[in-house]
Amino acid sequence: MSIELGHFAQILAFAIACVSTVMGYAYWRNEGRVTTFLRQAAILQFLLIAASFAALIQAFVTSDFSLLLAYNNSHSLQPLLYKVTSVWGNHEGSIVLWILILVAFGAAVAMFGRKLPKDLLNLVLATQSLLVAAFTGFALFTSNAFARLDPAPFEGKDLNPILQDFGLAVHPPLLYTGYVGFSICFSFAIAALISGRIDAAWARWVRPWTMLSWTFLTLGIAMGSYWAYYELGWGGWWFWDPVENASFMPWLAGTALLHSALVMEKRNALKVWTIFLSIITFSFSLLGTFLVRSGVLTSVHSFASDPTRGLVILAILAAFIGGAFTLFAMRASSLRQGGLFAPISKEGALVLNNLFLATGLGAVLVGTLYPLVLDALTGRTISVGAPFFDLTFGTLMVPLLILVPFGPFLAWKRGDLVAVTQRLAGAAVLALVAAIALFTATGAHVSLAPLGLLLGFWVMFGAIAELVDRSKLGRIPLGESWRRLKGLPRTAFSTALGHFGLGVTVIGIVVTTAWQSELITTVGTGETVTLNGYQVQLVKLDEDVPGPNYTADHGEFVITAPNGGKRDAVAERRTYIASGQPTTEASIQTYGFSQLYLQLGEDEAAGRHVLRVWFKPYVTLIWLGALLMSGAGFLSLSDRRLRVGAPKPRRTPALEAAQ
Amino acid sequence: MRRLLAALAIVFAMGSAAMALNPSEILSDPVLEARARDISAGLRCLVCQNQSIEDSDADLAHDLRVIVRERLVAGDTDEQVRDYVVARYGEFVLLQPVLGLHTLVLWIAAPLLLIAGIIAVVVGIRRRRAPMPAALTAEEQAALDRLEERQEH
Repeated sequence: MSIELGHFAQILAFAIACVSTVMGYAYWRNEGRVTTFLRQAAILQFLLIAASFAALIQAFVTSDFSLLLAYNNSHSLQPLLYKVTSVWGNHEGSIVLWILILVAFGAAVAMFGRKLPKDLLNLVLATQSLLVAAFTGFALFTSNAFARLDPAPFEGKDLNPILQDFGLAVHPPLLYTGYVGFSICFSFAIAALISGRIDAAWARWVRPWTMLSWTFLTLGIAMGSYWAYYELGWGGWWFWDPVENASFMPWLAGTALLHSALVMEKRNALKVWTIFLSIITFSFSLLGTFLVRSGVLTSVHSFASDPTRGLVILAILAAFIGGAFTLFAMRASSLRQGGLFAPISKEGALVLNNLFLATGLGAVLVGTLYPLVLDALTGRTISVGAPFFDLTFGTLMVPLLILVPFGPFLAWKRGDLVAVTQRLAGAAVLALVAAIALFTATGAHVSLAPLGLLLGFWVMFGAIAELVDRSKLGRIPLGESWRRLKGLPRTAFSTALGHFGLGVTVIGIVVTTAWQSELITTVGTGETVTLNGYQVQLVKLDEDVPGPNYTADHGEFVITAPNGGKRDAVAERRTYIASGQPTTEASIQTYGFSQLYLQLGEDEAAGRHVLRVWFKPYVTLIWLGALLMSGAGFLSLSDRRLRVGAPKPRRTPALEAAQ
Repeated sequence: MRRLLAALAIVFAMGSAAMALNPSEILSDPVLEARARDISAGLRCLVCQNQSIEDSDADLAHDLRVIVRERLVAGDTDEQVRDYVVARYGEFVLLQPVLGLHTLVLWIAAPLLLIAGIIAVVVGIRRRRAPMPAALTAEEQAALDRLEERQEH
């Protein structure tokens, strides 16, 4: 019964979204009842989709296998957490989650956007409703999550074992929040183009939403990367897979948008480009959804054999992106450029930031789509994998990383490069010393590692240097510096923290790639192997130990660190009952920033198992850096001046006159 | 992550994850083994989704790893080993596509984009550069003088 109610709720949300779209676009100048209607409709859409989502969760939790989706993806023996996460561990359910987040953002704008000009708010909510209508329509007509089975099967087919993990509980919701959040920027861009209201205030309203989405996307990608790292069983953390690229491309575009919106907000410049980026960023979210959901990635041919879903998403993609760019082409020329600036200035640095990010984005896009297009056009199949992306994208990021510390130091309008270089000299020297120290300490190797270390430290120290400089540390009494530091706006700390985090991630990537060591061998009970001074002893091995919905080979180890500290560790190799699929549960021991990674392999002979051990120096820095970056995002969001729904600053007559 | 996301996308390629290099496959000569790893990292497991043979435990990946090592032991250069595998499995097996007519666009896209971007930025900045303010007209100069006069009083 509740399943049908959920289905009806989704249909009702679809209908309301359709009405909202028409009302919003037809009467966007109306500031009275239409606005009230649109705001209430946005909240109603959220409540209805939330109800339909709750109906799905209830069916999964109670193992109601009369629901086809639950039968295909759930099992009565699953732990409660995985019963819940199974809801979105499949195509239909994940689309419902996507829509849930979409309507949540719509409702958030309706609730917090009271201070927005009403015509802009009308258009934003109308565009959000159009998106909701398109995607609920897609869900209802091609990806029905509420189909029933009669008679109901006794047991479900279980969720893919790799997905039975805590990662599924956090990764998709975080990632989707980031992905879908950019729809707000998209809607704001459309609203701006239609209403012609494109000014610094527009950027001020859009930036918190961009920041929020970017922060969640950063967390989502980092979480996905760490999940892959511990779940896949050999410690890879990024593969340049099309599906990963699908989430990385909106991140790159969003990062560019964050920076260009800053220029637009402070200097009223780069307006056309910022609007363009707002559209592009969400377009990449849509492209990602298309790539992942249509099945086109497995093969162009399998896509062609069952094209309904793929074609519908492609049509939605084409309609939104095509429509947005048509509108952009029609209106962009009417935008007046404001805010003059010299090439050497903060604006100039941010333009270069956008140049390299956009080019990097282009490289990833071409590399991701090229094999598909080539196959479709000529039938030739090629692979574009990690080596290609490392070369093209990696090369493009070098100048960007060199530039990062300069940006915050340069003044708006006209900067002094010589003076800034002098002020950054300390950071450069420190970076050089740190890179050499780390390079010699870890044992010299060839390759590009030293350059990577230098870049990472340069970005880190450059970020701190800005705070040091602004607080005049060392040039004035300490107490005075402290007061100045406390007086800095939170956005200054946010910038520094974000850039520092980027440097930390770079260091993690470089060190773990260049100095990882491994040991692949077989062990029997009682035997000890040694890697990098870590002694790993297999003390106990049990085979075919029963788990809730799997059996496992269960290895217990004692690890002795170089400093003599002992630790117990457990690694498993599981076989899931319903699917027969094996997974590895690696044991990951963290020592400082480094990790020892133990994987119990297949049985080689009686009582002997393959054991693979990796020592991954500084690997955790990759994700710690990403956490710092998202921390920077939250810090910036907590700044009063940026806070969602913060009242417009009172304009003084002087300011008015100046403009 | 590829496998996880692929699983999310309901587009599985293979059964299980996990790095699959077996102790028995490893060559005793560390130099040859390092070369084998290097080559393997650039070869794709054909039955998997975008995985190198280094990372896949599919049977085919195992066979390819063994072939690579056999060729190396037989004295082939890295290039010869790659050519040998490509001759049998096609260029699809290479994770870094060769530069050819059919991949020209792929390889020059990023550099072209960068050059186009630089040109756009330069043109944009030139156009935006503030024009030199015109000299004041006699009328304006007179008005300015009057203002200054007033301030002095």
